[in-house]
Amino acid sequence: MDFSLLRNIISRYCVGEEIWVDSRTVYIGHKEPPPGAEAYIPQRYPDNRIVSSKYTFWNFIPKNLFEQFRRIANFYFLVIFLVQLIIDTPTSPVTSGLPLFFVITVTAIKQGYEDWLRHKADCSINECPVDVVQQGKVVRTQSHKLRVGDIVVVKEDETFPCDLILLSSSRPDGTCFVTTTSLDGESSHKVPQLQEVDSLHATIECEQPQPDLYKFVGRINIYKDKEEPVARPLGAENLLLRGATLKNTQHIHAVAVYTGMETKMALNYQSKSQKRSAVEKSMNAFLIVYLCILISKAVINTVLKYAWQWSPDRDEPWYNHRTEHERQRHVIRAFTDFLAFMVLFNYIIPVSMYVTVEMQKFLGSYFISWDEEMFDEELGEGAQVNTSDLNEELGQVEYVFTDKTGTLTENNMEFIECCVDGNVYIPHAICNGQILSAASTRLCLSHHGHLNAACAFCLSLQEYEDLFFRALCLCHTVQVKEEETVDGIKRGIHQGRPTSFYISSSPDEVALVEGMKRLLFQQGLSQETGICCSFHNGLGVWFELLHVLNFDSVRRRMSVIVKSSSGDYLLFCKGADSSIFPRVVSGKVEQVKEGLRTLCVAYRRLSESEYQEACHHLMEAKLALQDREQRLAQAYDIIERDFVLLGATAVEDRLQEKAADTIESLHKAGMKVWVLTGDKMETAAATCYASKLFRRTTQILELTKKRTEEQSLHDVLFELNRTVLRQHCLDFGLIIDGATLSAVLKPNQEGAGHGNYREIFLEICRNCSAVLCCRMAPLQKAQVKELIKASKEHPITLAIGDGANDVSMILEAHVGIGIMGKEGRQAARNSDYAIPKFKHLKKMLLVHGHYYYIRIAELVQYFFYKNVCFIFPQFLYQFFCGFSQQPLYDTAYLTLYNISFTSLPILLYSLVEQHVSMDTLKREPSLYRDIAKNSLLRWPVFLYWTCLGVFDAVVFFFGAYFLFDNTTFTSNGQMFGNWTFGTLIFTVLVFTVTLKLALDTHHWTWINHFVIWGSLLFYVIFSLLWGGIIWPFLNYQRMYYVFMQMLSSGPAWLSIILLITVSLLPDVIKKVLCRAMCPTATERAQVQCLSFCCHFHYIFHCV
Amino acid sequence: MMASSYNAKEEDGHHSGASSGTGVSKNKKPDNTAFKQQRLPAWQPILTAGSVLPAFFVIGLIFIPIGIGLYVTSNNIKEFEIDYTGVSSDSPCYNCAKNFTWNTTEPCVCTVNFTLHQPFESNVFMYYGLSNFYQNHRRYVKSRDDRQLNGDLSALTDPSKECEPYRKSGDVSIAPCGAIANSLFNDTLVLYYVDSNNSISEIPLVKKGIAWWTDKHVKFRNPAGNGNLTLAFKDTAKPVNWAKPVYELDPLDPENNGFINEDFIVWMRTAALPTFRKLYRIIQKKSGATPTLPNGNYMLNITYNYPVLSFDGRKRLILSTISWMGGKNPFLGIAYITVGSICFCLGVVLLIIHHKYDNRNTSADIPS
Repeated sequence: MDFSLLRNIISRYCVGEEIWVDSRTVYIGHKEPPPGAEAYIPQRYPDNRIVSSKYTFWNFIPKNLFEQFRRIANFYFLVIFLVQLIIDTPTSPVTSGLPLFFVITVTAIKQGYEDWLRHKADCSINECPVDVVQQGKVVRTQSHKLRVGDIVVVKEDETFPCDLILLSSSRPDGTCFVTTTSLDGESSHKVPQLQEVDSLHATIECEQPQPDLYKFVGRINIYKDKEEPVARPLGAENLLLRGATLKNTQHIHAVAVYTGMETKMALNYQSKSQKRSAVEKSMNAFLIVYLCILISKAVINTVLKYAWQWSPDRDEPWYNHRTEHERQRHVIRAFTDFLAFMVLFNYIIPVSMYVTVEMQKFLGSYFISWDEEMFDEELGEGAQVNTSDLNEELGQVEYVFTDKTGTLTENNMEFIECCVDGNVYIPHAICNGQILSAASTRLCLSHHGHLNAACAFCLSLQEYEDLFFRALCLCHTVQVKEEETVDGIKRGIHQGRPTSFYISSSPDEVALVEGMKRLLFQQGLSQETGICCSFHNGLGVWFELLHVLNFDSVRRRMSVIVKSSSGDYLLFCKGADSSIFPRVVSGKVEQVKEGLRTLCVAYRRLSESEYQEACHHLMEAKLALQDREQRLAQAYDIIERDFVLLGATAVEDRLQEKAADTIESLHKAGMKVWVLTGDKMETAAATCYASKLFRRTTQILELTKKRTEEQSLHDVLFELNRTVLRQHCLDFGLIIDGATLSAVLKPNQEGAGHGNYREIFLEICRNCSAVLCCRMAPLQKAQVKELIKASKEHPITLAIGDGANDVSMILEAHVGIGIMGKEGRQAARNSDYAIPKFKHLKKMLLVHGHYYYIRIAELVQYFFYKNVCFIFPQFLYQFFCGFSQQPLYDTAYLTLYNISFTSLPILLYSLVEQHVSMDTLKREPSLYRDIAKNSLLRWPVFLYWTCLGVFDAVVFFFGAYFLFDNTTFTSNGQMFGNWTFGTLIFTVLVFTVTLKLALDTHHWTWINHFVIWGSLLFYVIFSLLWGGIIWPFLNYQRMYYVFMQMLSSGPAWLSIILLITVSLLPDVIKKVLCRAMCPTATERAQVQCLSFCCHFHYIFHCV
Repeated sequence: MMASSYNAKEEDGHHSGASSGTGVSKNKKPDNTAFKQQRLPAWQPILTAGSVLPAFFVIGLIFIPIGIGLYVTSNNIKEFEIDYTGVSSDSPCYNCAKNFTWNTTEPCVCTVNFTLHQPFESNVFMYYGLSNFYQNHRRYVKSRDDRQLNGDLSALTDPSKECEPYRKSGDVSIAPCGAIANSLFNDTLVLYYVDSNNSISEIPLVKKGIAWWTDKHVKFRNPAGNGNLTLAFKDTAKPVNWAKPVYELDPLDPENNGFINEDFIVWMRTAALPTFRKLYRIIQKKSGATPTLPNGNYMLNITYNYPVLSFDGRKRLILSTISWMGGKNPFLGIAYITVGSICFCLGVVLLIIHHKYDNRNTSADIPS
């Protein structure tokens, strides 16, 4: 964030003193415009270097350190470390310095490695060769040397090195084909040519770079000799984006307009907002509690210290004098003591928790991408993890917001029927959006109402039908893709018909065009400026395509203006019924079959003058540099009116495989599923029934425009609310449409009497297991999200979608899941997780989410627990050593406890634990309810763990205390000192916390055995080694032979065993009793699975 | 001990399906290994009442006998303790304690009489005990220089800063430096047996073997000085509170003199708690059937050098026999018996619960 700001400032300075303007002027080929035309201001733009890396070799250490210390926990430990360096503290700075160093190093290595990968990628991109035209010659240079205004030559199958404006193409029609698969997953579209390149003398004015891929406004001024410059509009369709690939075109010339970090691709890949999981929030809350405990401990001890040493004999007995230096600083001594206690107890804040959590998330997320069950053979891709920060949030989802088209359904459209002038036609042949050879499409439409004319239909087209099918053939943005190019010889589109297939950003259109093709309305598509619409009998009708009024999701329709061979101007329009009907003056359409996507087709005959006027409006809007979108919308609004309705088409979108099963599982898991769709109510409702979102028993509540027109919104809301509250046990489903929703969400101005609709609506929603929102604008999807997120329970929401229109909701939700669908990759790219199919959501949430949640919950609780066990004895010891901040444990133990003795088992646990088997989780979705609402990290659970920690600490300390109390426990009568005391406690501590984890482990693979027993063994070996040698570099030898001497004593062994048993006992009892008295569903499932497995095993053996 | 099942899901060998994919998809397809698919064979123990039950009984059955054994052993140990601080005016050392000054040349001697009612059969260990003495105070614990004590010559003349304010005496560095060494316990205790006809015989006290072997032989070393300790310590001063320098701690025995003096080593091992005891001497068992310390009257002769009243401390003499489990300490035995019984009781409770709830659970589960 701050860096982009910085960059802005820098680039501002680079540009010079001039005022920051909204547009930039690009001089094509760096040629100055003719004098007088305009002042030539050479502007400076960044070069074409792509920098996705965060660090350079030089700034890595300072910058990375800075970033890491911005984290509150790291900063805390840094402060502790500095305090240790400055004041005289009980423990050496190493004890907190080394773990901090370890944590920082591990994080730095991880980040450095990631950055190194980015550097490598950047390097290979920046150094790839590019052909540039300089002084009429083609010069080969490196990509990063490109500058704005350079004319670039791109050959077929090369990717564009920066954002370019097409100047000329090798194709005879002057267009070129590009695929933007790597950007948005769309396969190809065509870019119209502008101008011959040779003698081009022009400037391009365009807006400053902005990240929206589909927006570009600009203008090209072409200077001819001593003439007024000719201005032409430039739109998004003229722009060749960096990352796209040139197809079907030998070479093109294009001019660079945005380079380097200013390309749309680079702008798009900039960091997304950080999402924080609920677990992280509770983790921070716990940290604050522990910080309070820490401070209060330090305060209590400081106060007690001064109370205790009030008498000078205690403060300074003859055997223990202060130095002169220590005596002098009376004033700040109390504060120094406080700090010293803070340092002594600082380990209660688990230093390595953050790094362990980070490692767990980072490594754990691999299991998602490795999962074979989430791999889709068809797509050739598995699940994809874009952020590993939210793994556990997958186990906490309460609301699922799903898009319908492409998410619940295949987005594989099939032209089912059409309705012309009130008559319904149904083609029998089934086409799945695939190419059918022309021969096999013996096409027949059964003409309801004209049964006798079924076969003769093709010959007896009435005028409306004629127009209707023509409209369908003309009014689209579909392109034809050639199948293959053979040895560089390209088959023309018209000849290549049998091997061609259609590509469009909208699958509906493909389905329609396919349908038309089956009806033998062959089209020569969008060639230059015309469309050849040929009929079955070979008679072609030529239309000249004049304007395309592109589809957008606000208007929900598109139009074309064509000129027929007879010279008539026709405006064909197709779009959603709601957007067409208000603009229709005549014509009727019958209700088509339910559950299908319908599009209405209408037309309008334009007179010459009307056409000119329309042209004028369009040109004006298109040339505008500012507010072009808005002006275009206005222009469209003026042109698209007074339609005559021709008919409607119906396209079926089949449900995705196992969608119903998935939805059912989500319901059983206690999630509320909301379907948000732009489709009309009937279609959406049918899909919902098919996908079992609504079951037969579901009582449907309707909150639609139709109803609110009859009654007031207020009455309807209250009535529904009453219904919901009256019958609790029933399963409710709610249907609401976009218009009503915006009415509900509108801030209420009518006064307090009506109450707040928002609250009532939420109350209704809370009681509905399924909600269907239809007729939604993309922005409304995010609004609904916002509404639920802001409700007072703050539920965790998940959004899943596949299209660009779902991006806002995916970004808004706590967890955003993208489906790698047909509508491009935008959703998948902006999501936190991307999956190939909707059905994979089930495993993602019920299995992976569940696992990650219990893993991380245990991780967090265990970390706090083990540090309470660790530090609380030290606190108790202060009462027996005159509050002198004497540490109980040796420096090595203090240092290594968190980073090596107890770190690996919990990390491994948090990676591989499976408390219930995967199959059980999938079989019984209701187990998901057991972990809902962050149940394992609630305050009572946290309190339990903390109390357990305190209990264990008390057991350790007083166990050792009574053992040491004024007696010996060796067989040779020799005495042990304070370090043996600490080592005994520490040994019990390490064994107890490791065995506690072992008790919690339900899934013992060989790795668990290895790590748990291995880390205990490591502790023993380390202690033997640490005490076995006089370490020359240490200036104290306090641990020399302490551990061995301790082990040579029988009672020490006995007490270690006893203390471990006692401290583990309560937890075991609690577990057993809870399981016996009130088992949770999970615990039942564990036992069931066990008996099932045994049973299975038994059968297996018998066979 | 725990109910368990071995859940081996062998997923390997199912790879044939992947080969049919295209080249691209094959590269991206995740490996079908048990680890990556999280299907490693695993032992899945569950803590249920039924499975934990036997463990509780076993723990109970093991712990109770151990506890009884420990308790009996502890009870068989004979221990005698006497406070000779001299707080009350009727105690023999009252005068010595009251009139204590640091710079007396004439040591104060007092004698305490006591009676042992039971004979001490085996080796008897003689301890001195101090109370309210914070040997575990941080300032105290760190006030030593292990390098110096290990015979390091540079540390001998330039001790560690940790030793302050007992680092240098004037300009000469102190050996051994630090507060611990400075406050070395220097009462001399001599034990006499008064037999029935009032004849007094001194009991031989062994001063070898009271410190850890490793401490005496590895951790503590005299600085090299060609066998002449006086020469080795010639540039150093004695600790301020000591009456004589370190090389005169035991002039008679060169193996017990200087830093490797066992009394000194014992003192240098700082105690864990403010009330502690330290091994002073060992009374070896005589050969034959005579007890080491027969019952009867004894006389303890104390050279009172060590002041404790200023910080309200106490000094004690402890005579104790030792078993394999050390001195008298009933705690471990009682704890074992308690924990064992609790486990046994819990076992019974769990048995009831198991029978009561398990039936209910299984009956509830079967229909589903």
